[in-house]
Amino acid sequence: MSTNDQPAAPAKPVLAQPAAPGKPAAPSDQTAIIAKRWRAKRGSLIMALHEVQETYGYVPRDVALKLAPQIGVPVARIYEVLTFYNYFKTSAPGKFVVSVCTGTACHLKGSGDILANFSAQLGCKEGESTTDKLWHLQGVRCIGCCGIAPAVIVNGKVFGKLKPADVGDVIDKVLTADAAAAKV
Amino acid sequence: MKPEEITIKAQARAAEQQAYAFRLFCCDSTGCISSGAISIQDALNEELAAAGAAEKVEVVPTGCMGLCSLGPLIRVSRQGTSEDVLFKEVTVDSARTLIKDYIAPQLNGGVPELGELAKFILPLDIPFFKKQIKIVLANAGLVDPERLDDYLARDGYVAASKVLTSMSPDQVLAEIRDSGLRGRGGAGFPTATKWGIARNAVGDNKIIICNGDEGDPGAYMDRCVLESDPHAVIEGMMIGAFAMGANQGIFYIRAEYPLAVERVEKAIKDARKAGLLGKAILGTSFNFDCEIRLGAGAFVCGEETALIASIEGKRGTPRPRPPFPAIKGLWNQPTCINNVETLANIARIIIKGGKWYASMGTEKSKGTKVFALTGKLKNSGLVEVPMGMTLREVVFDVGGGSGSGTPIKAIQTGGPSGGLIPAEHFDTPISYEHLQQLGSIMGSGGLIVMDEDDSVVDIARFYLDFTVDESCGKCAPCRIGGKQLLLLLDKIREGKGSEADVTMIKRVALAMQKGSLCGLGQTAPNPVLSGLRYFREEFDERLNCKDGAKGGCSCGHDSPCKAN
Repeated sequence: MSTNDQPAAPAKPVLAQPAAPGKPAAPSDQTAIIAKRWRAKRGSLIMALHEVQETYGYVPRDVALKLAPQIGVPVARIYEVLTFYNYFKTSAPGKFVVSVCTGTACHLKGSGDILANFSAQLGCKEGESTTDKLWHLQGVRCIGCCGIAPAVIVNGKVFGKLKPADVGDVIDKVLTADAAAAKV
Repeated sequence: MKPEEITIKAQARAAEQQAYAFRLFCCDSTGCISSGAISIQDALNEELAAAGAAEKVEVVPTGCMGLCSLGPLIRVSRQGTSEDVLFKEVTVDSARTLIKDYIAPQLNGGVPELGELAKFILPLDIPFFKKQIKIVLANAGLVDPERLDDYLARDGYVAASKVLTSMSPDQVLAEIRDSGLRGRGGAGFPTATKWGIARNAVGDNKIIICNGDEGDPGAYMDRCVLESDPHAVIEGMMIGAFAMGANQGIFYIRAEYPLAVERVEKAIKDARKAGLLGKAILGTSFNFDCEIRLGAGAFVCGEETALIASIEGKRGTPRPRPPFPAIKGLWNQPTCINNVETLANIARIIIKGGKWYASMGTEKSKGTKVFALTGKLKNSGLVEVPMGMTLREVVFDVGGGSGSGTPIKAIQTGGPSGGLIPAEHFDTPISYEHLQQLGSIMGSGGLIVMDEDDSVVDIARFYLDFTVDESCGKCAPCRIGGKQLLLLLDKIREGKGSEADVTMIKRVALAMQKGSLCGLGQTAPNPVLSGLRYFREEFDERLNCKDGAKGGCSCGHDSPCKAN
C-alpha cells in the first residue's frame, strides 16, 4: 500500500514497486505504526499513548479502541491510565493551547491574575476551550521556569515575567506568529 | 571505544577549543530560550560571518548558567585569559553590538569599545557566583550538552573508564561510602547503602532508574541538570549499575520537560554510537544500556513504588513496602532508584575521591546541594552551595535579599512535603538534620522565598490544594484526610472558623502522618502544621475576623472574604 498522500504517477504505480529488502511496507495508518513500535516492549502503554497524543493532539476514542487489540491491552486499562494522568487529553483541545503555570513561584508572583485575565479575554473558563475551538485555556503544574515567573506556555513557546496586563499582548503575538507561518 | 580513545578524543576537542580566539557561551536552557536565546545566537553567528570572524570565534549553546532571572546570559571567554566576561539580559541588538564593538576590534588587535554594552556586564565576583561551589553544575554553562566531545574534554567518562578498568564493585561502593553522599531527592538515604542493598539482592536482571519526575512546584534542579549536562547523569548511572551489577538503566522524565527529554535522548544515542553504552563497554566485559520512559503528569510518581507502576504502564499508585524496590522492584527485579542530582555527583566523586567530597558540609550532610531559588528575591535562579552554609547566606548573599523591597518573612523548602522556616531561624546551617529539626525537610531543592506581603494561610492552602489534587486516592488517610484538611482550612480562611477547627486540623494531620501509604499523604499536612507552628497569629487573625463574611476583615491579606 502507498503511504503517500500524493497521487502516484501513472508510469510508476506505487503498488508494483517491491519493498526494500528486509523492510516490509509500512502500515498505512498511524495507530498500527504506533502499536507496532511499542507492542513488543513491556509496559509501554504510556509511551504509546504519548505518541498518539503527539499525533492527534489528544487521544481520540476511536484510536484508543483500535489501539487496544493491537497492543494487547484491554480498553478499560487504557482508560484507567488515560484518566489517571493529568497530561493526557481525551477530547480535542483548541488550536492554541494556553498553559498557565500554577507552580509556587508563579503563584506567588500572580499567576492567578494572569489566568483570570486569559479567561476574561478569551471568553472561556480554565480547563475549557473557546466556542470556536481556537483557544484552550488550562492551569498546569510547575513547568520549571521559576526563574522567569510568572510563566505561560502557548503551544510549546514559553512567555516569562508576565504581568496581568501583558495577556492581550501574548494573544496578539500568538495570532501574528500563526498568520506569518500560514503565509509561508 | 577503548579507554585511550577517550583521552585522544578529549585532547582533540580541547585543541579545537583552544584554536578559537573567543568562545561565546550562550545559555540555551528553557528559561533563556523563552527570552529569545535562539534568535540571539542566530544574530551572533550572522554578525560573525559578516565580520569574517566565524573561524576565530565559537558560539557555544550551553545549559543553565544559574542566574535565570537576568537571562539570556552570554559568557565571553578569551583565549589566553582566565577572566571571562558575563553579559546579562542580552537582546538581539546588543548581541550584534557585542560582536561589532567588543569582539571584532579585539580580533584586529584593537581595544574594545564597551559603550552601551557596559550596562549589560554582570560582574563575576558578586556573591551570587562567589559563594557557590559547583560539582553537579560544574559543566552547566561551559559545555554544549548536545556534544559528547565537549563533555569528554572536561574529563567526561574518565570516571567510568577508571571504574570499569581498574576498580571492583566493592571499591566503588567504598568510595561512595567515604563521600557520605546521600539521596538528593529529599529523603537523604545514604547512596552507598542503597547501592549495597541492590548489589546483595538476588536477581538476574537488576535495574537502575534515574528519577527525573521532578513534580515539586517551584523546583527545577533536575530539569536543568538533564538539559545542561546529560552525559554526567548517564555516567553516574553507569557507575552505579557497575557497582550493583545492573545492565539496564531507565530514565523516568516528566513529559512536561521536552528539552530535557530531547537532550538525554541525544546523549544516549551519542554514547551508544561511541561504544560508551552497549555491550563490552571500553573493552571490558561490562554491558549496560539505558532508555527513556516518560511520566504523564502525576506528582505521586516521584514516589518509588508509584514510579515503578508507571514504568510498567499502569496507574501510578504506590504499594506497601516492604518489599523494597531494591529487593523487588520493576518487573519484580531488584531496582535501584536514584535522583538526577545524586547521579550527577558520582563521576566527580570517583575522580576526586570520596574524602574530598566529604571535606565539604556538616557532620552528617556532605558535599553540596543544588537549590532552585525562587519567589520574592532579587536573584532568582539555580545555585549550588556547600552543605552547612546558613540559610541567611543563601537568601541574602547568593539570592541578593528581597527583590520587592518588602522584608522577607520566611522561606519554604521541600515543596508540598516541606514546611516554612521563618526569618528568625535563618542562621541555621543547611543539612538534612537541621531542616528537619525546624519542621521542614531538605526536599529536592526548591527554596521559595516569601515576603511580608505573602499570606501563610494562603500558601498553606496552595500546597494542600496541590496534594489533594495529586493524591492517587488509593489509601483513605490521604484521600479523605487531605480533603477534610482543605475544607477546614478554607473555613478558617473565610473567617468562619473556630479554635475547634484548629484542633481538628491537628488531629486529621496526625492520622494522615501515621496512616498514609506513601510519602505524599504522610507529608501533606506539613505546610499547614509549620504555618501553625510559626505563624499562628495569621491563623488567629482569620479566626477572630468575625465580620469576615461581610468583608470587614482587617488582616491586610487578599483573602476570599474580601471578595464577598
